[in-house]
Amino acid sequence: MPISSTATYIKPSKPKTKRSPLLLNALSMLLLALLILMSLSLGVADFSWSGLWQAITQQSQSDDLQLLLVSRLPRTVAIILTGASLSVAGMILQVVLKNRFVDPSMVGATQSAGLGLLLISLYFPASTLLGKMLFATLCAIAGMFVFMRLIKYLPATDILMVPLVGIVFGGIIEAVTTFMAFQTESLQMLSIWRFGDFSSVLAGRYELLYLTGGLAFIAYLLADKLTIVGLGDAIATNLGVNKQSLIWFVILTVAMISSVVVVTVGAIPFVGLVVPNIISRMMGDRLRRSLPAVALLGASMVLLCDIIGRSINYPFEIPIATVFGVFGAAIFLWLLLRKPKPQPPINEGT
Amino acid sequence: MTAIFSAKHSSSAQTDADPQPSAVWTKPVCLSLLLAVVSCVLFISLNAHGNWDFVIPFRSQKLIALMIVGYSIGVSTLLFQSLTHNPILTPSLLGFDALYVLIQSVLIYFLGTVNIFTHQPLLKFGLELLLMVGASLLLFRLLFTRSEQSLSRLILVGIVFGVLFRSLSNLVARLISPEDFVIVQALSFAQFNTINTTMMWVSLAVCAISAVFVWRWRYQIDVLLLGRNYAINLGIDYQALTLKLLVIIALLVATATSFVGPVIFLGLLVCALTNRISRSMYHSERLVLVSLVSIICLVLGQALFEQVLGMAGVLAVVIELLGGIVFIALILKQYRKQLA
Repeated sequence: MPISSTATYIKPSKPKTKRSPLLLNALSMLLLALLILMSLSLGVADFSWSGLWQAITQQSQSDDLQLLLVSRLPRTVAIILTGASLSVAGMILQVVLKNRFVDPSMVGATQSAGLGLLLISLYFPASTLLGKMLFATLCAIAGMFVFMRLIKYLPATDILMVPLVGIVFGGIIEAVTTFMAFQTESLQMLSIWRFGDFSSVLAGRYELLYLTGGLAFIAYLLADKLTIVGLGDAIATNLGVNKQSLIWFVILTVAMISSVVVVTVGAIPFVGLVVPNIISRMMGDRLRRSLPAVALLGASMVLLCDIIGRSINYPFEIPIATVFGVFGAAIFLWLLLRKPKPQPPINEGT
Repeated sequence: MTAIFSAKHSSSAQTDADPQPSAVWTKPVCLSLLLAVVSCVLFISLNAHGNWDFVIPFRSQKLIALMIVGYSIGVSTLLFQSLTHNPILTPSLLGFDALYVLIQSVLIYFLGTVNIFTHQPLLKFGLELLLMVGASLLLFRLLFTRSEQSLSRLILVGIVFGVLFRSLSNLVARLISPEDFVIVQALSFAQFNTINTTMMWVSLAVCAISAVFVWRWRYQIDVLLLGRNYAINLGIDYQALTLKLLVIIALLVATATSFVGPVIFLGLLVCALTNRISRSMYHSERLVLVSLVSIICLVLGQALFEQVLGMAGVLAVVIELLGGIVFIALILKQYRKQLA
């Protein structure tokens, strides 16, 4: 009976692709909650949960509550927002570019934002944080635009060429930035943005990051349309999706998220690359289903790396960019080097 | 990838009809030698204001260091490109000099900056070279043993290895004492105007010995350029030659990196220049030419930036900038060629 035999042949692979997102997200949520508790209780200053409890129940001002509200909680919130939004930015970028190996720092967005930030700090040092961020965003958009033009000349067959050219393109922008910083003796300022670090996050210094949360949410609202854009030009046109405006939306979102992150905490490599790859392996590229998981896992991973960075050389801190650089590079190498899946017999010999 | 090399090879052989194919003193070599001498004289004499007693020893030491760096980077890159049959690959693109910085940092982590090697820098350098050769052989094996490897995957893996090594060095730097941290940090930035000259004579010896060996193997490397199968059929001991070349490359990369820190694109830049101006693909000409071009770039560039433009530390950045642009241009050109 040929029909039933093919049916049984297909069956085992089905539950794999339909792994329940609910269960996965619940587990992710649990992990995140655990990490948040750890993050809140870890630090050099004395802090105890019992002291906090006393402060709340007895309605008295205490140092514990103060510490929680001014330092610990802002830091944790900033990390969660950064991790979630960078991962979402990476995911939508990957789906729209149809390339699993890119992230915001590989399309020139992060580096251009850094260049913009340097420019405005040099020429308009009095501008507000919001103004700086807006200018950085404009530069990030310009950088991504140049990059998009550049990769048009690359063949569609070789997907690894895009991240490769992207890394070198980012390097060129960074060289320009370093040159300008060197000439104006502002290398120190530059190294802060180039190197993500949450140690300076306090209440009042991270609130711009809420903007990235909003952007990630808008991306979630547009998830279905973005998924369709990722299916290809013909399908997008046939289904009546305005591809061009959605691509602009993605460029704008990625540019804004990366510039806000650069302005407030500095560049963190690989987050937008590693997290979407893990999630898409588990639950595919249907953004409506996968984006929440991407955001959750992104927040957990950045939080975990921050906790590691804070505890490995206690009481000193290791910047998150270093910790994530090691983990992210290792995971990316694994993605690149793992044996490709056995091809179906049709492709043999080509 | 051999297509670019071999296409140029055959066309130049047809058009030029060189009577002496492996001649060394061809026109480009003579011209660049002249230019190299001029840049050295400029480097010594610009803005000297007659203080020769101070200027000559001070600048000539720096000049020799720059020449060592230029030679090491140029020759190691050219050999690497011949070995991998590819005009885009360079050892530093694949993370070799980041590897050397990591080795240095790890040594400092385990031994501290003030250690048994304090009075024997030679021993320390020797140990570093030894580790570097071993580690880069391992890295090369890892990168090149997979048969289905595409060029873009290879370079990407190499670059990410570089990022990993840099992040690890940074991690090591954070785990050690603040005084040592400064030293490890200084290792990981390219600088041409503050050159570490303690190891000058040893490095000079490394360069000279490597030059003798490479010069003796130059015809074998010519054959290697034809591709693995041709080389084996023509009687080259492929495995042994590859190993020997890799050891030389590792030594030269370590030498250059110990002087100025990691420079990612200089090798690519000078090899691209050499391939443009060289008349043939014979190594007897190109090995000399690449060293000269590399020395001109560094010496003339440093003289220009330091004495004329008054921007001492900018050469490294300018080289990275130009090299990056050349890299993208090479890639785009290669694809246009494939499409045509």
